[in-house]
Amino acid sequence: MAEYSYSYKIPVGPVHPGLKEPIHLSFEIEGEEVVNLDIKTGWVHRGIEYLGLQRNPIQVIYLAERICGICSVCHAFCFARAVESAAGIEVPLRAEYIRTIIAELERIHSHILWAGVAAHLMGFDSLFYYTWRVREEVMDVLEYLTGNRVNYGILAIGGVRRDITTDGAAKIRENLESYLGLFNRLVEAFVEDPSVRARTRDIGVLTREEAIETCAVGPTARASGVATDVRQDQPYCAYADLEVKAITPEAITGETRGDVFDKAVVRLFEIAQSIEIIEKCLEGLPEGKISAEDKLPRLLNQLKKASGEGISSIEAPRGEDYHYVRLEEGEANVTAWKVRAPTYANIPSWFPMMKGAQIADIPLIVASIDPCISCTDRVTVVDRKKGTTTVLTEEDLRRLCVEKTRRMLR
Amino acid sequence: MGKGLNSFERAVWVYHLNTGSCNACDIEIVSLLTPRYDVERFGIKLVPSPRHADVLLVTGPVVKGMDERARRIYEQVPAPKAVIVVGTCGTDHGVFYSSYNTAGPVDQVIPVDVYVPGCPPRPEAIIEGVVKLWAKLESQRRGVQETAEQDAAGKEGVAL
Ligand code: SF4
Repeated sequence: MAEYSYSYKIPVGPVHPGLKEPIHLSFEIEGEEVVNLDIKTGWVHRGIEYLGLQRNPIQVIYLAERICGICSVCHAFCFARAVESAAGIEVPLRAEYIRTIIAELERIHSHILWAGVAAHLMGFDSLFYYTWRVREEVMDVLEYLTGNRVNYGILAIGGVRRDITTDGAAKIRENLESYLGLFNRLVEAFVEDPSVRARTRDIGVLTREEAIETCAVGPTARASGVATDVRQDQPYCAYADLEVKAITPEAITGETRGDVFDKAVVRLFEIAQSIEIIEKCLEGLPEGKISAEDKLPRLLNQLKKASGEGISSIEAPRGEDYHYVRLEEGEANVTAWKVRAPTYANIPSWFPMMKGAQIADIPLIVASIDPCISCTDRVTVVDRKKGTTTVLTEEDLRRLCVEKTRRMLR
Repeated sequence: MGKGLNSFERAVWVYHLNTGSCNACDIEIVSLLTPRYDVERFGIKLVPSPRHADVLLVTGPVVKGMDERARRIYEQVPAPKAVIVVGTCGTDHGVFYSSYNTAGPVDQVIPVDVYVPGCPPRPEAIIEGVVKLWAKLESQRRGVQETAEQDAAGKEGVAL
């Protein structure tokens, strides 16, 4: 007789209705507990690196932005830096500062977006709406500075395409003021609220050792007490003048547990950190040109003559983003391009976090690394013992998650 | 507001399918639900299952592997139904025009009624697209009703 296993599998995805891209997750469940996890990706594979090889570096910037629409400036930023290092282009200081400001504004928008998604998954929808309302303010500023709400198109090889005028600076300051006021309310809502705490404390724990072992990056690693931050370890652009320190929960709450709560704390306080960075950048914004070469044909010529390899890594909202570029003399197009996005590095950390978790916690844990893939749609529960199949939707999963919150509040 | 449409007769439920987009269009769609734009006040609501939807909203070029799923999801939406594509890359591939891993823009996989160009389009543009679609849906529905009424009248005529 065949041996019986009392575990069953829950395949999730690849299609899900909510906020982000498709991914396929298969959970092995025993009772209510996750014992194993398998991941299949590739549902949004558009072959971007290959497409990049058919275009020149200036065109690739717009392609790089569309790797991910949430941290869109990061990829363009990282790519531009890699090309500049390959071609030996010196970026004017003012442009470096403007790049930093835009990147930090993007971090604010991205972290607020995450806070909203996490609140939604917990069943705290009023907080979701509140955070996303607040997020619109930074979107307005980004739109004012770059002309676009998302996929800003502000990066250029050798600099940026638009300057920050005195009006623009005033707009940013006004926005930062209002965020400083709102920040305390967000902290109150997330850190001090008992229901959020009950729902996130000691859930999805990633210990320091596990974080190092799975090579986690960004807030996911920092929440486990690993003080890594590209802005601190290998400062680039304006960060060299700013002395950014990696934020770990230890400094804020006095302890590090590596759970979802800690991840929320790290992201929230990074918003405050970004506000500070932008303020300093605005203060020290140097005068001068905003790009090394603004005549595009001349820039293209220069890039065509260049030969070399460039690598660059920057701190994206989700962690370290890394680009490798090769240019060859006489070749207008990029000849090699490799991208390693932060979520790719963070996915392995799901394994230790999921082990022993309850089904109702799956959405929160999946979201806790702020993946570029988040909610889940069709979940089929196959009970091998009974041989039955039930279909759970993303909504069912979220309902389970919300119900657990309610139970805990009672 | 669409032509011939004075007030909406009922709410419209939308199912959002990502077939390989870059996320930008998707987050703009989520912003529509949140207080600044708040389309729920018009009765536009995102639903978690295609079986509950009137409208299928698709973002992204159709990545290989997702084409089969897009077709299956399209079939699950009950008629009368309509499809709206948000974003340039779903309309004609946009920046991903020579990719080796796409099965074509959305309209090569499932029939499309409304396109909202832009990379990504502004939230206002997406709302306009949905309203156009809405008008179309209602006229479809009215058409179905009228034919039913005519059929009924015709039958009565015969009976008399
Ligand atoms: S249309 Fe543009 S912004 Fe929208 S998903 Fe496609 S590439 Fe991204």
